[in-house]
Amino acid sequence: MDRLHLSQHISQQFNTELAALTRQVLAMGGLVEAQLATALEALAERDARRSADVIAREDAVNAAELEIDARCTQILARRQPAASDLRLVLAVVRMVANLERIGDEAERIAKLAEKLGNTVELAESYVFKLTQMGALVRDQLRGTLDTFARMDETRALERLRRDREVDVLYKELAAMLVTLMQRESERVPAALDLLWCARSLERIGDRCKNLCEQVIYLVRGKDVRHTGLAKSTTPPEN
Amino acid sequence: MNVPTPAMTPDLLDGLELALSARGVVVDYAGRRALDGVDLDVPRQRVTALVGPSGCGKSSLLRCFNRLNDEIADCRVAGEVRLFGEDAYADGVALPDLRRRVGMVFQKPNPFPLSVSDNVAFGLRLAGLRSRREIEQRVEAALRAAALWDEVRDRLGDSALALSAGQQQRLVIARAIAVEPDVLLMDEPASMLDPISTLRFEELVVALAERYTVLVVTHNMQQAARVADYTAFMRGGRVLEVDRTEAIFTNPRLRETEDYITGRSRTG
Repeated sequence: MDRLHLSQHISQQFNTELAALTRQVLAMGGLVEAQLATALEALAERDARRSADVIAREDAVNAAELEIDARCTQILARRQPAASDLRLVLAVVRMVANLERIGDEAERIAKLAEKLGNTVELAESYVFKLTQMGALVRDQLRGTLDTFARMDETRALERLRRDREVDVLYKELAAMLVTLMQRESERVPAALDLLWCARSLERIGDRCKNLCEQVIYLVRGKDVRHTGLAKSTTPPEN
Repeated sequence: MNVPTPAMTPDLLDGLELALSARGVVVDYAGRRALDGVDLDVPRQRVTALVGPSGCGKSSLLRCFNRLNDEIADCRVAGEVRLFGEDAYADGVALPDLRRRVGMVFQKPNPFPLSVSDNVAFGLRLAGLRSRREIEQRVEAALRAAALWDEVRDRLGDSALALSAGQQQRLVIARAIAVEPDVLLMDEPASMLDPISTLRFEELVVALAERYTVLVVTHNMQQAARVADYTAFMRGGRVLEVDRTEAIFTNPRLRETEDYITGRSRTG
């Protein structure tokens, strides 16, 4: 965990603050992960109770964002961090914004799952494909948070590139749903809801990509946003 | 990871002329080594900050550039020091001329116990200027350039010692720039000033770089970050890393630099 030597400041208090900051981000990440998992279960089983759990816990995600943001502001104001400390604080500010948005997408999926529960049954092949996509996105989120916990920019780069797999599944599913809507107009509302779910999962994939970029930034000091790094196969220049 | 190059790379220099350069500079005080082979380039009309722990040789290095080390008994300087390409230690270099071209500002403001205007005129008179009118003009110009004119225009005849510490430090700058130097060396120039005076002083340093080359030693990392175009990190009598200030403060190449500017202990 201490690849950035976060615990080696002469000020023990600063060490404590930075350790608490990374711990809070990981805790928020865990919460968002649980939100996504529960939302996907609600979707797979059309379980309104689980949907309600997700919606109820959304406040905790928002509260975590505010708390971590406030902590970052404090550190910037009181410590004037430089170099890797500065990068950590900047990366955390950007990461919590992305985590909060992932929480929003999970809530959206939960709400759609609740709605879908009341509609006519859907062909299992669509739900299966969506579940498959959900599993992949969950794995992306878990793996991404892991790269942050380990400060592992190599794995972050691998994760970042795996977002393509999510995009491929999304396109396949979207094409299937469009065909369904053209064929059976009475299923358009349900198909649209499934499409929104898929869209939310795809967006979560993109958010994970943003998170990976921040891990690379904080470890390497390289801003790889908008560089097409996800598409290229060569490692970033030092 | 790139191999650190303490001297400026062409990429860093961006076509700038070098005001000062040191190559393999070694300084010993009665056998105790203070500088152990320093390489450093200081580009013209830019602010370069020297940072590093106490005793790392920052002040010793500053004193090489105007040969103030010559005044210290048992001090031996070796290596190459150049001012605009010319060897500062060559035979026949006139020290008064060198020190006029390379002015120095110390930690503690050191105005002479004279009036405000006589302080600034001191170097001019020493240089043989006699015309009262011309001296007045140059005193005003120097005080304006040092951002002090508006505060002292009505008390030019008052003792300089009556000024505040921040004003005294700007007066010292005015005295230095009155004789039209090329380079200003500053050794922790703002460490005795309160926060407001410090900010005013930093504004001045940035403005001075439009005409002069500034090399400033500071223990205040935020100050280096605020005023310097380039920052050099010294430790153990050597310059270990030099880069654009923003690079040093966001992503230094060396662990040693990072440890220092972020307040980490190597053993902790």
